[in-house]
Amino acid sequence: MIVGTISKITGPVVVAQNMLGAKMYDVVRVGEMGLMGEVIRLEGDRATIQVYEDTSGLTPGDTVESTDGPLMVELGPGLLTSIYDGVQRPLPIIAEQTGDYIERGTVASALERDKKWAFTPTVTVGQDVNPGDILGTVPEGQTIEHRVMVPPTTKPGKIVSIVAAGDYTVDDTIATLDDGTELRMAQRWPVRQGRPYKRKLDPTHPFTTGMRILDTFFPIALGGNAIIPGGFGTGKTVTQQSLAKWADVDIIVYVGCGERGNEMTEVLTEFPELEDPRSGAPLMDRTVLVANTSNMPVAAREASIYVGATLAEYYRDQGYSVAMMADSTSRWGEALREVSGRLEEMPGEEGYPAYLATRLAAFYERSGRVQALGGDGRVGSVTMVGAVSPAGGDMSEPMTQNSLRVTGAFWALDTSLAHRRHFPAISWTKSYTLYGAQIRGWYEENVAPDWQAMRDRAMGVLQKETELQEIVQLVGPDALPESEKVILEVARMLREDFLQQFAFDEVDAYCPPKKAYLMLKVIMSFHEAATAALNRGVSLRQILEMPLKDRISTMKTTPHEEAIEALPVFADELAGDIAGIEVY
Amino acid sequence: MATETMTTETPKRSLVSTDYRTVSYVTGPLVFVNQVSGVAYNEMVALRMPDGSKRSGQVLEVSGDIAVIQVFEGTQGIDVDETEIRFLEEVAKIDVSPDLLGRILNGVGKPIDGGSPIIPEARLDITGAPINPYSREKPADFIETGISAIDGLNTLVRGQKLPIFSGSGLPANELAAQIIRQARVKSGEEFAIVFGAMGITHREAAFFMNQFESTGALERVVFFMNLADDPTVERLLTPKCALTVAEYLAFEKDLQVLVVLSDMTNYCEALREVSTAREEVPGRRGYPGYMYTDLSTIYERAGRIKGRKGSVTQLPILSMPDDDITHPIPDLTGYITEGQIVLSRHLHRRGVFPPIDPLPCLSRLMNLGIGEGKTRDDHRAVANQLYAAYAQGRDLRKLVAIVGEEAMSDTDRRYLRFADDFEDRIVGQGDEGRSIEETLTIGWELMAGLPIGELKRVRDFIDKYHPNAGEQGDL
Repeated sequence: MIVGTISKITGPVVVAQNMLGAKMYDVVRVGEMGLMGEVIRLEGDRATIQVYEDTSGLTPGDTVESTDGPLMVELGPGLLTSIYDGVQRPLPIIAEQTGDYIERGTVASALERDKKWAFTPTVTVGQDVNPGDILGTVPEGQTIEHRVMVPPTTKPGKIVSIVAAGDYTVDDTIATLDDGTELRMAQRWPVRQGRPYKRKLDPTHPFTTGMRILDTFFPIALGGNAIIPGGFGTGKTVTQQSLAKWADVDIIVYVGCGERGNEMTEVLTEFPELEDPRSGAPLMDRTVLVANTSNMPVAAREASIYVGATLAEYYRDQGYSVAMMADSTSRWGEALREVSGRLEEMPGEEGYPAYLATRLAAFYERSGRVQALGGDGRVGSVTMVGAVSPAGGDMSEPMTQNSLRVTGAFWALDTSLAHRRHFPAISWTKSYTLYGAQIRGWYEENVAPDWQAMRDRAMGVLQKETELQEIVQLVGPDALPESEKVILEVARMLREDFLQQFAFDEVDAYCPPKKAYLMLKVIMSFHEAATAALNRGVSLRQILEMPLKDRISTMKTTPHEEAIEALPVFADELAGDIAGIEVY
Repeated sequence: MATETMTTETPKRSLVSTDYRTVSYVTGPLVFVNQVSGVAYNEMVALRMPDGSKRSGQVLEVSGDIAVIQVFEGTQGIDVDETEIRFLEEVAKIDVSPDLLGRILNGVGKPIDGGSPIIPEARLDITGAPINPYSREKPADFIETGISAIDGLNTLVRGQKLPIFSGSGLPANELAAQIIRQARVKSGEEFAIVFGAMGITHREAAFFMNQFESTGALERVVFFMNLADDPTVERLLTPKCALTVAEYLAFEKDLQVLVVLSDMTNYCEALREVSTAREEVPGRRGYPGYMYTDLSTIYERAGRIKGRKGSVTQLPILSMPDDDITHPIPDLTGYITEGQIVLSRHLHRRGVFPPIDPLPCLSRLMNLGIGEGKTRDDHRAVANQLYAAYAQGRDLRKLVAIVGEEAMSDTDRRYLRFADDFEDRIVGQGDEGRSIEETLTIGWELMAGLPIGELKRVRDFIDKYHPNAGEQGDL
């Protein structure tokens, strides 16, 4: 083992001597307390180390021990429902060990060592297995079947022994290969390295979120990625949490990276109480939380999103669709910047290191829909949604711009919408998605054949409104002809009765794509009928006085099934009523 | 190395502490000491000046046998020959006791009110450890501040950190004093106040003292005072000391603690000063790249802990340089705190007090503290409706300036009137304290001026609360 001594301490960065033989990104234990750190630069026998814990009290001369391996996460049954810090230490265990505050040098095992899991083998003695093949299954929680796989680094071999169905701990040997390799339920993987897969597939399935503006106007695909940038108070966290609650995926990995303690607590107390809309089981049963709040050590914040990505990939390899939420990637970027500053590296734009773009690209490329290793052709996906907190709300800053280049959708949060309490405050003029063409087919097949056309028409009205608003600003609304006033009216309906969605309302928090389509259809058929009526000579006032019109605003709070049944009828009635208005 | 003396402490390294006379370099607030051994990062330091006076400092960096020390009281008078440096083998700590209530302390927690010395019950590390998110309790209790724009629209809850974004010349201190005077939790329990003054002027300090004295609040206040002419670097410790006392009172002594920190801008300036002296790579506008992390270690020390009765609620005050909310100080603060109260120069000029501009304000924890059983069932809906209507009215003001009022529809004119009334009655309440019921009632009175069809967000409550409910006709 390599043991060196500290020669310099500055904030979270420590330099140690006599570290010859240590490798880049090896994990080390620093000082008497055994603080966890990682080698980030080597120079002769001197190693620069970023320490994941507060370095107060360290002294030159204190020892540094290398563990001779990179930062790893432990993977196996028991990950779901867990709450980890940025380096995969379970927070409840830390609380038991050190009380309400997180003390330094705590060591805690990521998986429960004594817990027995009901393992059912799916292979038999004499069978050939390759990396990624499933050895057996374990029910994890009420809904997820955990598939125990041959680790990706194991050499192909023949099973010479496999345990019978029964209860085992994660450390018990469950299978032996002919070359003597013993396989257990728990395996380890270095976080900074993506887990291997057979091949990447085209993302053709939508990632449905239950948010009308996203599902209708800016959908992304399973295995895609998106960023949500927005100044403070625009609703990044609420949006992320809504996605975590409602997105149509099997597993959620939620990384609170440098965010607020109280908000993390909200997630921690809310998720176990929330019901999974699909299975009725607690939402927590399919969730892993990684919480590294802003006052927890900065280097661990840097590691936390890699820990999250590795956990997500592990479930992807089992054949599940996984959504990973990172809130907020800007805090991760700032952690990079802080450590880079301590290393006295030449700064790039706004003090961020020049390798920011490379790191971001490498991170987002870990998303994707893949055919996993193993003989059964399982398909899994990791969808990533990263919040970005641009300094001063200015989207030209490096984090936003570099993220934009490598992600497929941009869900821009707009401060002025947030100020008028239009939530979700996602701007329909600035946002975009690159997945439209790939998932259009799914929508036309499963929602409605004219889905794309309906969406485009509604978007047209919203765009037209933006133009008209500029005129209204100059000359007032009365100067507009009736045919354009009706556009303003329809756009208002779209904004208030369609785009606005109240995350805390029982019904409105989630909206299935089918209902969203029908709501849009009602509003657009109103538009069509109203335009036709205006051409007949009916006045706009007559149309707006129609009593049936008020039902439009109740659509979103109508229970989904009822709405899906009633809305087509309502659209026809509304059109009929308008057509029946007499000219006088 | 000049003298060697025995110490009574039992350090891990030796029973002998060493006084160094090896200062090699002095710049700004920093002193570099050579040929040191066994110095720990963040260790506290005592300096003896050539004239015999004493100063204190803290180790910022150790590299081989060189230590970099920041001196809290400034470096004037330090020389490289005779100044003696002693490393105290402990990190910064503060003596705490319930007797601190009613006392005035300097920026690092030493009494300066001429009263008796404090007999400590404990001596605590001021850096504090992060609260385990798992051990936190979700904030859920409404705090009635008596101010409509806060209670009604941006409700404060126990354990929240809600800063006031002010500008020079705006009455943030008056607002803070009013909140301190009126703040109550539902059970009627009063708050213990920990006040951390950083770089504020004598006039401002005197204002707060008078406020506390005249309302009899002084006995439940711990006053940390680092004034504008006190050492700059000392104020880097002030918020940490204040919060250590607050945590002690809240989590050991079961008190509800309200921490007021004024002015965080001065704190950040001090941070920048030290960073520049260390020749660090600057971030935005010269502030250090780690300012976010540094601020978060202050602001995140608010909250509640499972199984403990007390709470720490933070009300930091900061001045936005040139009223610019995108300046790094308000910007980074806004990303850490749970919302913000923003003061408006425009309203202040119009004579509205408190001049709170509701549109950019936000309380992220509002939903946890309001509703049936906490405030009133219609609270959320009323707040949403008031917000939407006021935003609409503000937009129309721009329009009316161009096209004139005659060109506006009747509805639009009502919105304009609503916006004016809203600023006068809801925001501009003056010095009085209002219960939440009074605030909501005024809200409904204002909404009654709008056509009932426009009140989409409160539709479910119209029958119950609308002043003209039940009447037919021209609503």
